[in-house]
Amino acid sequence: MSYQPVKFYQTGTFTVGNRLLAPVERSVQQSERRSNSINSGHRACQGCGEALGARYAIDAAMAASNGQLIAANATGCLEVFSTPYPESSWQVPWIHSLFGNTPAVATGIAAAMKVKGRKEVRVVAQGGDGGTADIGFGCLSGMFERNDDVLYICYDNQGYMNTGVQRSSATPPAARTATTMPVGPEPGNVFGQGKNLPEIAMAHGIPYVATATVADLRDLEYKVKRAMNVHGARYLHIFVPCPLGWGSQSNDTIRLARLAKETGLFPVFEARHGEVTGVLKIRRKQAVEEYLKPQRRFAHLFGNDPHTEVIARIQAIADRNIRKYNLLDEEG
Amino acid sequence: MRKPFAITLIPGSSLANLTGTWRTSRPVYLDRLPPCNNACPAGENIQGWLFHAESGDYEAAWRELVKDNPLPAVMGRVCYHPCESSCNRKQIDAPVGINSVERFLGDEAIKRGWQFDAPAAATGKRVLVVGAGPSGLSAAYHLARMGHTVEIHEAGPFAGGMMRFGIPKYRLPREVLDAEVQRIVNLGVTIRLNSKVDNILDTMKQGHFDATFLAVGAHIGKRTNIHAGAAAKIVDAVSVLRSMEGEEKPMLGRRVVVYGGGNTAIDVARTAKRLGASEAIIVYRRTREKMPAHDLEVEEALQEGIMIKWLSTIKRVDDEGKLTVEKMELDDKGMPQPTGEFETLESDSLVLALGQDVDLSLLEGVPGLEVNDGTVQVSPNMMTGYPGIFAGGDMVPSERTVTVAVGHGKKAARHIDAWLRGAVYQPAAKHELADFKNLNTWYYSDAPKTVRPMLDVIRRQSSFDEVQGGLDETNALFEARRCLSCGNCFECDNCYGVCPDNAVIKLGAGKRYEFNYDYCKGCGICVTECPSGSIKMVPEDI
Repeated sequence: MSYQPVKFYQTGTFTVGNRLLAPVERSVQQSERRSNSINSGHRACQGCGEALGARYAIDAAMAASNGQLIAANATGCLEVFSTPYPESSWQVPWIHSLFGNTPAVATGIAAAMKVKGRKEVRVVAQGGDGGTADIGFGCLSGMFERNDDVLYICYDNQGYMNTGVQRSSATPPAARTATTMPVGPEPGNVFGQGKNLPEIAMAHGIPYVATATVADLRDLEYKVKRAMNVHGARYLHIFVPCPLGWGSQSNDTIRLARLAKETGLFPVFEARHGEVTGVLKIRRKQAVEEYLKPQRRFAHLFGNDPHTEVIARIQAIADRNIRKYNLLDEEG
Repeated sequence: MRKPFAITLIPGSSLANLTGTWRTSRPVYLDRLPPCNNACPAGENIQGWLFHAESGDYEAAWRELVKDNPLPAVMGRVCYHPCESSCNRKQIDAPVGINSVERFLGDEAIKRGWQFDAPAAATGKRVLVVGAGPSGLSAAYHLARMGHTVEIHEAGPFAGGMMRFGIPKYRLPREVLDAEVQRIVNLGVTIRLNSKVDNILDTMKQGHFDATFLAVGAHIGKRTNIHAGAAAKIVDAVSVLRSMEGEEKPMLGRRVVVYGGGNTAIDVARTAKRLGASEAIIVYRRTREKMPAHDLEVEEALQEGIMIKWLSTIKRVDDEGKLTVEKMELDDKGMPQPTGEFETLESDSLVLALGQDVDLSLLEGVPGLEVNDGTVQVSPNMMTGYPGIFAGGDMVPSERTVTVAVGHGKKAARHIDAWLRGAVYQPAAKHELADFKNLNTWYYSDAPKTVRPMLDVIRRQSSFDEVQGGLDETNALFEARRCLSCGNCFECDNCYGVCPDNAVIKLGAGKRYEFNYDYCKGCGICVTECPSGSIKMVPEDI
């Protein structure tokens, strides 16, 4: 069963808080006592989806582990904007590793805690899509295969933004990057398989895999809590828009994450031991153009001579996701 | 300090980095004017009282409501709810059933015996109110709460004015009206019944009144030029409706024809049907689109079997009650023009519902008073040309509804209060309107409107039982929670949650939020994701 929204309370559980909900039904983020794991003063860009996603996820993990949490962090935006020496925004025990070895570092921490008998201490590892899908992929696959007791969280902003908007294996087709454009007249990324990390994680048969977006806090918190209630290797893939790399308005971060889910381009689901057990249904279905148009990285598809065939191919990806994950309600 | 290996600087927190300096525009909280409040003729803070109703605190909701309107149970039945017509929710599914929640609160107050808050300290000023209709009662209530001594002089045998003598029981049961009037009396307002004021200046002088609010209404049915035989039975609608309150019910016969197209015409036709008429026919000179009667009432009348002859005028009535009706057609200005085609219509009685005039006899000899087109002229502060005499309700130029009258009473009371203190009442500046485009409707739950139960048509045709039912607690609560709270923060914590920089400070329940401009980078996510449109971006001075 996927996360069940509460309805008919003006906003139900769509908003962060709700004065009409019983205290046990309230979110972690609405609390004045949330841990604010990543504090003010960090150097993320205006409207950074990753900074928001990281606070959502780590605050929820802190709540689920009663504050007994250690976080390992791959190189990437999240590390660079939060911890320029000698300052740090982190308010949890936090360790920076190399770009590629964070899953291995987290495995080591978990092993150390086990040896010391510190059963209550939980370990998370986190990184961007580059550190996860490309550079740290070998270590991650090993961590999965050994079923180490770590929750790995990938903040997916679809590229190496810290190095000047560079293509990663999670960059979607037709998205323009600043430094890695293909040879030829078309500036957008080539169509291809890329790496679908959640599905690769599922293929390892690990206890828990889930996807989430910064547009649905309650679903995200539910999934972190769920993951923290399980031992073994767990993987959470969070969709975090990047205003700088995507060329979007800083105030549109959450709107774009919502559109990614509502178009079907980013399926939100959870899986246990390799089987999909729940999906977040599309509430108000949208055409992919609604998602693409506000982003300058897709601007070359529009204009006076729109690339309708390219847009149709992107729509086909969305439609395939909808079919594959059964994202629409029967009557929808 | 001994530093760890290879460390040369003392580790510190990022709080030292004031990222607020990056900002080029800043978010600010604001209250916008919800369209319901803007449309309410009685000036109710609808969003405000719905907020309390949403949490199930009906008494707090009722107390917020009666700050502006002392007659919620009446209003929840007879108001034509312009609030609902302007509700932003109609662009999502259907307007919030504000009227039905108001009625629920009014009925709940009667059931639980809630009384008004005690008045302010006595001012020693005496105010005369002439007429115990909605406008007079409203003014008296507000003046009494401000601490003035108020006396209502009412010509009729009961309080209520047109709410009693104009609106039929099936729309407003009298025990509801009585209960709300009694609550105003309990506040300390004196009502003198059967006490017609013949000369206003004399009455003011004798009673040592410092100011007067005139609200005598419009009770004289208008006549029109119809050739009629001596034995033809022609009555006016106001008299018919008034006599429904007495012992002797009016004798209208089996076939009743009503002439006119306003709400009164509908009321009297539906009353005739309930009195046993087999046919009740409304004759109106224009079309349904042009009819001044409220469409909901027209619809209910048609359901009850009332027939309406559109584009028709009555030319003649003979002694046997045979009516000669001329067909009309609309010209390009939408005005009816005669066609010369006639037909006849049998009737036992003809009821004229052509509008009402004001009885202005009590104002004779008042200097400075201006009467125009049969109504008393007032300045924007509701005062007539004679200092200290204010007027409102149906006797001044306005739309003649109970809600407008209640609004007049409140407005006049505020100006009278200021005038008595030698001051001028300055209403607070209106906030900018909360437009639909200010909302982020994603966050609201899908929730279609609750439909109020309606009385079976057979019982509607034969009895004066109330036609429209009320909501019970569960569906009233549901309905209240459909409110979008347009333009007013309802503490959903979205801004607090969605800020990537933790730059929103939550001040606790009921205290809303504050921005921490030391760290706010001005990304504007809080503005975009605020469901109710209670934040806006303003440019920084750079």
